[in-house]
Amino acid sequence: MPVTREGFEPLIVAFCCNWCSYAGADLAGTSRQPYPSNVRVIRVPCSGRVNPSFIIRAFQRGADGVLVAGCHPGDCHYHSGNYHARRRFTILKQLLEYLGIEPERFQVRWISGSEGAKFSAVMNELTENVRKLGQNRKLRDAR
Amino acid sequence: MKRTGVFICWCGSNIAATVDIELAVAAAKNMPGVVFADQNKYMCSEIGQEIIKEAIRSHRLERVVVASCSPRMHENTFRKTVAAAGLNPYFLEIANVREQCSWVHKDKETATAKAIALIRTAVAKALRNEALFASELPIERRALVIGGGIAGIQAALDIADSGFVVDLVEKEPSIGGRMAQLDKTFPTLDCSACILTPKMVEVAQSEKITLFTYAEIEKVEGYVGNFTVTVRNRARSVDMSKCTGCGDCMLKCPVKVDSEFDLGLVKRRAIYTPFPQAVPNKPAIDREHCRWFTENKCRVCEKICPAGAIDYSQEDELMTVKYGAIVAATGFDPKKLGNYGEYAYGKHPDVLTSLEFERLLNASGPTAGKILRPSNGRPPKNVAFIQCVGSRDKAKGNPYCAKVCCMYTAKHAILLCEKVPGARPFVFYIDVRTPGKDYEEFYNRAYEEYGATYIKGNVSKVFPDGDKLLVRSVDALSGALVELEVEMVVLANSVDARAGAKELAQKLSITTNAFNFFNEAHPKLRPVETHTAGIFLAGTCQGPKDIPETVAQASAAAMKVTALLGKDSLLSTPTVAEVDEKLCTGDMSCLVVCPYGAISEKILEERRGRETVRRKVAEVNMVLCQGCGACTVACRPGAINLKGFTNEQIMAEVEAICL
Repeated sequence: MPVTREGFEPLIVAFCCNWCSYAGADLAGTSRQPYPSNVRVIRVPCSGRVNPSFIIRAFQRGADGVLVAGCHPGDCHYHSGNYHARRRFTILKQLLEYLGIEPERFQVRWISGSEGAKFSAVMNELTENVRKLGQNRKLRDAR
Repeated sequence: MKRTGVFICWCGSNIAATVDIELAVAAAKNMPGVVFADQNKYMCSEIGQEIIKEAIRSHRLERVVVASCSPRMHENTFRKTVAAAGLNPYFLEIANVREQCSWVHKDKETATAKAIALIRTAVAKALRNEALFASELPIERRALVIGGGIAGIQAALDIADSGFVVDLVEKEPSIGGRMAQLDKTFPTLDCSACILTPKMVEVAQSEKITLFTYAEIEKVEGYVGNFTVTVRNRARSVDMSKCTGCGDCMLKCPVKVDSEFDLGLVKRRAIYTPFPQAVPNKPAIDREHCRWFTENKCRVCEKICPAGAIDYSQEDELMTVKYGAIVAATGFDPKKLGNYGEYAYGKHPDVLTSLEFERLLNASGPTAGKILRPSNGRPPKNVAFIQCVGSRDKAKGNPYCAKVCCMYTAKHAILLCEKVPGARPFVFYIDVRTPGKDYEEFYNRAYEEYGATYIKGNVSKVFPDGDKLLVRSVDALSGALVELEVEMVVLANSVDARAGAKELAQKLSITTNAFNFFNEAHPKLRPVETHTAGIFLAGTCQGPKDIPETVAQASAAAMKVTALLGKDSLLSTPTVAEVDEKLCTGDMSCLVVCPYGAISEKILEERRGRETVRRKVAEVNMVLCQGCGACTVACRPGAINLKGFTNEQIMAEVEAICL
């Protein structure tokens, strides 16, 4: 569980591609662009590597928001991985909405290796949006 | 469960100031699989690495987690450390607690909680890490240099000097680049052509270098040591083997077009060489303007050519060549000044950009080296130089400093005084920046010896005033308004990335910064490499720089290329996809999504009872696979997995990160 100080602190899991978004997250660090500590990053080679089952599992295990971040369209290190991701997650998003997960909880963003400021802006925005929604109860395991 | 050791780095105070290291060590000791946890001020130091090696031996560790800076920084360092202690290098995992934790969070309590979660996640993954082994790849011992400016020329010459074969591809009909357009170079006032043209000739004469001018990169495939590049040789309409370079055709061609090389200050013909010292000194027909190609008449050049070299039927040719390494040296473009109407550029002929002024200075330029006002052909008396046009301007230009303008403006001021007796240069500046050997001294000469007047102030407007120009500014040091009547205004326009840089970056699979300059792998420690192995950078395509820096970087890139091409073989990345043939149903969804053509069909013959059954499965070519993992998600039976980032590893990370 995320550290709860006062009120609700959401847990955000971010899948970041190694070449753009993970580098963007590192740049947010080197340029000291703060964002909430609710966000935790899992490094994957490419946004096309993210299996929808990872996202569903994260929601089941208590994540309140999930982000997949990849290279901008046209910039994929592997040429086409982010296009696969984009199609795949358009569908997953509909499925999640059908299941009752608010669309704000699951986001796909393109963040390049030079967009440290964008990385932290996205993390701030996502955390605040999810905080407003409160805890993810819909997919969370009964524990 | 594998015996795991956790090593937490303070990084001096970078991590330790925000993360409670003692608490993190204590928490790590309680994580599943962890039998040992320790800390050090600098885990990457020799002492830190020794602690890891010693713990691997004494605690019989099987997996290692280092909580430190980003894996993009020191993953390789620590892989070597664990390998030195006898473990497979891929038994290491990094928890990124600096860039993605201590540097972005302020509250110690929550930052420590997050660091512990990140360590727990790395441990969960490490427990599932398997030994991975790199395979050996052959290397194609040929290099490609893209761009024939001074950076590309220097890189090609240095690579050729080390005995390797180089292809130099240049977009224009001649090599030479921006440096060929310059008159003299700071801080020594060497004639640019005198130091550049011998190098251009050396390129043309080198047995190791093959020059492809009027050619562009079409497609880049493959990977380090084994790139396959398609180059488009544009139809020159001139048979290079017959042409003697006599130049008769260029005299007789009836079509006149603005010369790109002289920035439109003079005209060139439709059949042209960009400048007299061109290498190769053989013309090309600009089909967009040639009367034969646009109106189907003329053919004068064909009639006049004594060698019979004109060939209108030529077509673009695509050639595909294999290379071991690539150097990108595509240079820069001077900033276009469309949105700087306040300086009257384009409205008054005597307002010039610095490169246009440079052409006026040049002995082979439109005025044969005389500084004359384009409006009336007379020498100017007072000249205003406006610095930082489009540089250090967040509102509508580039926020960065273009680095060379202060120095070339000092040069322009000096040359103005030398060429036009009695002329007075006035320089409007924000700051004068002159770091570099003998640079400050050169700038001092401009105002001490030549009497250039430096005025600290941003020019607000340039008005045409009769046949003169009125420059309005403020002297920021005295606060007084300045209005100056001049005969010529020279704008030090900023340095932009080359048009098309973004597209080339996409072809090369390298990244750019927000201004389309190519990104180096590390701003300090890997300045000529990119994140794509085997692709190197030289010159201003990476960011604004002057000629000495460009040449130094080009030689550095050449050294990296020769170090790569000189190896016997390369080690491939072992994090590639792998098929579980038992689970594979042969529906080949993986093949469709693979961007590298690394997946093929394979027929298995299996015994089923008494029968032999033939069954189709997927097979991964380990050399072609680059490890993106797209196939793993496309696979319906879950038969294909990515080594190093397996479904099990990522699921374990998800579970651990959510705890």
